Amino acid sequence: MDTAPADGLITSAWLLIALPLAGAAVLLLGGRRTDRWGHLLGTGTVVAAFVLGLLCTLQLDGRRLDVDLFTFVATGSLDVQAGLLFDPLSAVFVLLITGVGALIHVYSIGYMAHDPRRRRFFAYLNLFVAAMLLLVLGDNFVALYVGWEGVGLASYLLIAFWHERPSAATAAKKAFIMNRVGDVGLALAIFLMFAQLGTVAYDGVFGAVGTLAGGTVTAIGLLLLLGACGKSGQFPLQAWLPDAMEGPTPVSALIHAATMVTAGVYLIARCAPIYDATPTARAVVLAVGAITLMIGAIAGCAQDDIKKVLAYSTVSQIGYMFLAVGLGPVGYVAGLAHLLTHGFFKAGLFLGAGSVMHAMNDDVDMRRFGGLASRMKVTFVTFGLGYLALIGFPFLSGFYTKDAIIEAAFDRGDGWGYLLGGIAILAAGLTAFYMTRLMLMTFFGRPRWEPGVHPHESPSVMTAPMVLLAVGSVLAGFLLVVAFPLEEWLTPVYGEPEAAEHVVAPLVVSILVTVVMALGVLTAWLFVGRREVPVTAPVRVSPVTRAARRALYADAVNESLFMRPGQWLTRALVFFDNRGVDGAVNGLAATLGGSSSRLGRTQTGFVRSYALSMLGGAVVVAGALLAVTAG
Amino acid sequence: MSLTHYLVLAAILFTIGAVGVLVRRNAIVVFMCVELMLNSVNLTLVTFARANGTLDGQVMAFFVMVVAAAEVVIGLAIIMSIYRTRRSASVDDANLLKY
Amino acid sequence: MNDVVIGTGEAVVFWVLGPIALAGALGMVLSRNAVHSALWLVNTMLALGVFYVVQEAPFLGAVQIIVYTGAIMILFLFVLMLVGRDSSDSVVETLRGQRVAAIVLGLGFAGLVGAGIARATQALPVTGLAAVQGGETSNIEAIAEVLFTRYLLAFEVTSALLITAAVGAMVLAHIEREPGTRPTQKELSRARFLTDRPQTLPGPGVFARGNSVAAPALLPDGRLAEDSFATGIEPQEVEQMPRPTGRAELGTPDAALGTLDPAPSDIPGGRDR
Repeated sequence: MDTAPADGLITSAWLLIALPLAGAAVLLLGGRRTDRWGHLLGTGTVVAAFVLGLLCTLQLDGRRLDVDLFTFVATGSLDVQAGLLFDPLSAVFVLLITGVGALIHVYSIGYMAHDPRRRRFFAYLNLFVAAMLLLVLGDNFVALYVGWEGVGLASYLLIAFWHERPSAATAAKKAFIMNRVGDVGLALAIFLMFAQLGTVAYDGVFGAVGTLAGGTVTAIGLLLLLGACGKSGQFPLQAWLPDAMEGPTPVSALIHAATMVTAGVYLIARCAPIYDATPTARAVVLAVGAITLMIGAIAGCAQDDIKKVLAYSTVSQIGYMFLAVGLGPVGYVAGLAHLLTHGFFKAGLFLGAGSVMHAMNDDVDMRRFGGLASRMKVTFVTFGLGYLALIGFPFLSGFYTKDAIIEAAFDRGDGWGYLLGGIAILAAGLTAFYMTRLMLMTFFGRPRWEPGVHPHESPSVMTAPMVLLAVGSVLAGFLLVVAFPLEEWLTPVYGEPEAAEHVVAPLVVSILVTVVMALGVLTAWLFVGRREVPVTAPVRVSPVTRAARRALYADAVNESLFMRPGQWLTRALVFFDNRGVDGAVNGLAATLGGSSSRLGRTQTGFVRSYALSMLGGAVVVAGALLAVTAG
Repeated sequence: MSLTHYLVLAAILFTIGAVGVLVRRNAIVVFMCVELMLNSVNLTLVTFARANGTLDGQVMAFFVMVVAAAEVVIGLAIIMSIYRTRRSASVDDANLLKY
Repeated sequence: MNDVVIGTGEAVVFWVLGPIALAGALGMVLSRNAVHSALWLVNTMLALGVFYVVQEAPFLGAVQIIVYTGAIMILFLFVLMLVGRDSSDSVVETLRGQRVAAIVLGLGFAGLVGAGIARATQALPVTGLAAVQGGETSNIEAIAEVLFTRYLLAFEVTSALLITAAVGAMVLAHIEREPGTRPTQKELSRARFLTDRPQTLPGPGVFARGNSVAAPALLPDGRLAEDSFATGIEPQEVEQMPRPTGRAELGTPDAALGTLDPAPSDIPGGRDR
């Protein structure tokens, strides 16, 4: 469907971005004066944005509306208009970002209550929300890129929020650099689009995709995929996401579970016309998604840090989403549905983990948890509902959306379809295993607490958002797939949903997935629940466990392939700079100084020496004259 | 013989004066060597006046003599006042302008 | 080519006086005594004066002998007597390599310039000054004609230069006394009595055997009295009275006067005991 100019309330859609941005500006520029009410302002802007977004969505009525703001770049050959595209796809993202964002802002009021820099935290969160909204609302690739960079910056600032911790600073650097690697891909894709098509607006590019050569389209698709991998933490750029857990838990919930890491999925979903034209790039998307979901699932089985388990789970679930959007038109809606439900239950799980850490004096080692179910009832219930949704318990949200993806995989029909479906089902089993392990180690069993730890329930400012998200975890799947199907909502973007020919009947798939999930839970109960959980991690473990603990050696590979050569190159350059460049400069100075002191010794003060040199000069002149006239 | 002989003699006298300036340490003897150099130049001037057939060379030599006289007066006065304050007439003793 | 041929008379004069001039120059440079250097230079200048006369420049020759040799060199000698007579250079050269470098460079310079000049002036046409002077106009008249017409400005400037030089010499050689502060006899007396030596300084030659102002006085024990040195003049060696020998009372006045010992004195004129 084509875009039409905006009208009514939607013309003020720019307020969605401006409100949080203004909030960030006020809080950052206002300084300590705003400390007392800074958190309220920060939360208020996001809530206001959510309300406005909701109203705009209700007014949207299945259209695709373009809000033209101003001219951003106006050179002769490159014209970039700053504008917003408000259509069903961006509307669902706006609601997700502002809704989950508002809940997390409220949670942060309580979680960061004892932190003296809370105001700055809210400023950065607002900055993030503004940038993410720009990312999903922009109507051209440059606006998307500005938002892309903005969320990267906000992520860096928030991961390193406790920057006096060296591990946090390092993790932020790692995240930013790996994001940058992906951003290069996105930038190159934009350059390529501009070079070949002369425009960077969505309308222009998607309309003219057919005119490009096949190789060019594939290149653009692969470069966009590189950008998406960087931002979403997919193979090969997945190593930063678990390290990003150094940031405060609300950050992990908002950015690294619900929103920023989904930007990559948004990008590929938005660029559907490009990927429809290049089966090669689409196949690579599939491969990336499949590999990543296995890596995440395997690594999550052996982590002892509660947040790292959830982080690897995020990596794995986004792998599911990439798998979905890589399947073609049948998979876009499924992937987006899973994205929305994942936003609910993963955010809820992270907030619950934050609540547990809050109770356990910020300890994250699950081996020191245990028996918390009786002490933290609300947390236990909300966390449990999120857990059930994640593993795909029947009729909770994950059940609907995950099965949709697996069905779509099988619907490919060929051997690849069976392979991908099988991988997805296997990963679902692993997901059930590690999440059950997490639940058992944290909430059940004998308490293995450190001395002096007295777990207590969190204040209501923290538990209220958790409850709301748990409700979402339970209901969102049903609502999005059955009651108000996302397919119909996204018709203006992706066209009429095709009547799917199912290779494997949906019921069979559901039963299969449920069985595998049950097997996973059972295995976890047998290996973890039945035995005493050792307080210190066992050293002698199988090679598989060792590999899983080290996230399948991803960090080791990164270090040896990139970090060490980079360090060596840096050291060589520094050495060259010190010895070579500085040496040349200093050597020149030393030469001058030395020669000047040598030459200075000719000033003996004796008139006769000077007269001697004068006579010498006269001899030279006479000789030169003779030579010139004789020659 | 020709006028070249006079010129060569003058060149040799000039060189002897120059070497004398370099070698002698007594300030007044150095001064005398400078006078010798001036005299050799005078000889050259007179010789060339004769060769060119004009009197300009002689007039120039005359002026050289006048200037040499003025220079000797001042120079010796300077040497005397240096001798009075520093008690030494050696050229080597005035070596304060050194690095 | 040559309008003027150099006659044999001139050639003889050249070949005789040329080496003499050279010898004078070398003597001036090489002699240790400064006064000898001055005299060698006088010799060279006289030779050069004759050269000027021979080269049809009689006025210049006369001026050379009268002014240069007669006035300037005598001025040199005055100052030498005053300050530099005895400061003869030691043979040892203080600057390393100065002599060798000077000789080498000098030979080089002489060779180059001499060879250059010789080559350049081989075919030099000698016009001679017959056109300008000789016959009716003498050399002086011809020079005057040129000097007071073409070189008039230089002439006037040179006279200013001479005046400046004279004034400058007076200024430099003048010992400045503050005006009006020349102490009177009474003040000098008073000041002298305040020191620890109220008597007058010993005059020269008192207790000594000479009456030249350069002869210092002798102290009773035979040392030179430094107070009696005349300023600006080195003290003369003083002929001393014969010293008493072998006497125990060496330090007594009688011993110094020699009145104790009936030894024969070699005082000229005799001093009979």
